[in-house]
Amino acid sequence: MAARFFENVSVSSGIEQMNRIREKILNSERLTPEECLRLGREGGIYDLGFLAKAVRRRLHPEPVVSYVIDRNINYTDICISACKFCAFFKAPEEGGGRVLSHEELGEKIRETIALGGTQILLQGGLHPDKPLEFYEEMLRYMKENHRIHIHGFSPPEICHFSSLSGLATREVLVRLHRAGLDSMPGGGAEILSDRVRSLTAPRKCTADEWIRVMEEAHTLGMRTTATMMFGHVETLEERLEHLLRLRDLQDRTKGFTAFIPWPFQPDNTALADLPKATAFTYLKTLAWSRIVLDNIPNIQASWVTQGPKIAQISLFFGANDFGSTMIEENVVAAAGVSFRLSEAEIRSIVKDAGYVPRQRTMDYTLVE
Amino acid sequence: MESQVIRAGLGDVLDRVRDGARLSLEDGAHLYRCPDLLAVGYLANMIRERKNGDKTFFIYNQHINYSNICTNLCKFCAFGKDKESPLAYQMSVDEVAGKVRARLHEPINEIHMVGGIHPDLPYSYYLDLLQAIKKERPAVHIQAFTCVEIQHLADLAGKTVADTLDELRAAGLGSIPGGGAEVFSPRIRKLTCEKKLSGEGWLEVAKTAHRSGLHTNATMLYGHIETIEERLEHLDMLRRAQDETGGFLAFIPLAFHPRNTEMAECSRTSGVEDLKNLAVARCMLDNFPHIKAYWVMIGPKMAQIALSFGADDMDGTVKEEMITHMAGAETDQAIGSDQLIRLIREAGRIPVERDTLYTELNTF
Repeated sequence: MAARFFENVSVSSGIEQMNRIREKILNSERLTPEECLRLGREGGIYDLGFLAKAVRRRLHPEPVVSYVIDRNINYTDICISACKFCAFFKAPEEGGGRVLSHEELGEKIRETIALGGTQILLQGGLHPDKPLEFYEEMLRYMKENHRIHIHGFSPPEICHFSSLSGLATREVLVRLHRAGLDSMPGGGAEILSDRVRSLTAPRKCTADEWIRVMEEAHTLGMRTTATMMFGHVETLEERLEHLLRLRDLQDRTKGFTAFIPWPFQPDNTALADLPKATAFTYLKTLAWSRIVLDNIPNIQASWVTQGPKIAQISLFFGANDFGSTMIEENVVAAAGVSFRLSEAEIRSIVKDAGYVPRQRTMDYTLVE
Repeated sequence: MESQVIRAGLGDVLDRVRDGARLSLEDGAHLYRCPDLLAVGYLANMIRERKNGDKTFFIYNQHINYSNICTNLCKFCAFGKDKESPLAYQMSVDEVAGKVRARLHEPINEIHMVGGIHPDLPYSYYLDLLQAIKKERPAVHIQAFTCVEIQHLADLAGKTVADTLDELRAAGLGSIPGGGAEVFSPRIRKLTCEKKLSGEGWLEVAKTAHRSGLHTNATMLYGHIETIEERLEHLDMLRRAQDETGGFLAFIPLAFHPRNTEMAECSRTSGVEDLKNLAVARCMLDNFPHIKAYWVMIGPKMAQIALSFGADDMDGTVKEEMITHMAGAETDQAIGSDQLIRLIREAGRIPVERDTLYTELNTF
């Protein structure tokens, strides 16, 4: 499916425009939406790779590749959203799903700290009836008993809590922030286009809501990341719409620390018959994102979906961060992908590519 | 984007590549040591596109490993077993014929068959294997027995390599795969595969095959204890042999898989190493028509990316591959031709189904 969008369209008049695009990127000038689209459509793998590397070098002149030691904790797998691309959730009516107790959370946090971890990535499904106080208590428990950064929830969860509580999303964020939420991951963005969302995740928040919640979080002083899950039913134009909405919000708030694109993993999902986006499309999309998102400082490689070899190659296609050691990861594993990497392996992969590996925190401060 | 290649310090090499001039061993070392992977790949891609355009070849083939019993027991090999090992196996001629018969309904046009250096199977067994396969599937091309096995068969037969090859060919042999080359350096062979046919011996068998009209492939097992200089020496020996005979079809770099070998303490090759090695080979082996990215060893994802780093061939559909999988390869044992076609297309290339000798059968 994705192949169609990346075929090299031979437009002879485009050669000059492509040269102009290259020039603009190398001169640190922002691309127009039309130029971004032309680059995504006509740029070859070397164009995209070389140009993404130039942008990366400008933003990160030092040859460092960072990573974070953290653990994904899914406080529940019960979810009312039933997204077609998800293999992790349990619908409330099917049973078998569960919510972690404070003791279980505490145990997982202690293990993380013992492994040198600095943060917990805390996400659930959209549980049908837990009140906002439940989440506040969970955060307070985690913060009061442990010294750990909580990178938690995502805009669809915030919207869900808002509709259950009747409070505005901003108010939900204020309360969670006060209870201990430090920052928010950029999950649930999928593709920020309502056509795509209505086809794949109709019960999830809209693109506008996702952007609004992120803006509110940034305004409250919480940093967040942004993701893009591509390679399912979206067009190249819709991927660009996604990137440009992020670029636009970042111009207003500067709240995004990083962008993480990853290809849809179809196994065990309702869209299992879709072919998986290939490594080639991954690298091109990664590089394209690096170039288009000229105002988001960091781009993460997705070793969890691509494996260690392609993740290493992605360091030459614009990525400057290796993501997380993911002491625990459940969602991608449920879709039949189970790459594992230790901190030592991440460090050796980064070194082998000619970079210096450095542990970082959520806000990309390097750990000594 | 050539400015990026120059920026990476490869301006001189770029000039030579553009002129189609031969690269020196120093150029090769320069490429291997260049930290800018994309710059190295760009040069390899120029040569790949000059030689093969966007064409990317694959073959519908069947792998048969008739026995894993081997007296060489090379340290980097997890496949070869002593005859007394509980894991040792050998197929009878009938079993091999049965494997061919079981897949007659598939459009297989190559049987790829290699084994070890068996201590006591007679010469006639090998002739019988070829004849039995041809009897089951007369039109199929048999690519079988590495140069190491061919030398062993000549020793068994008490004949010259040339005479042995004539007999094997009469029995059905179509061409010779590239295995057993490892790294030609005597230092590496002494440390890792002392009992194996020497590098010179391997090249002599290959050249004899070429002179008698048989095409062969060539490999290099990289990512263990060899140095960059030893890799380049290996490539240069192949390049000089090819100047003499022109009989090599494809070069296939093989990534070392350490698990279950006596060299298990080596780490696996990295993505950068795999791509750089393919790219440098494409740049150095200016007289080899094809460079193959063997997906069984580096995985389909890397093999797809390799198509932009010098490779123009993805090998085949491959089933029942034993040699790499016994060394811990996590790749599937088979990949459908539809999947190969999709990988090639999505990489912006043209999928071409070929036969062993690179006759184009179907373009997709």
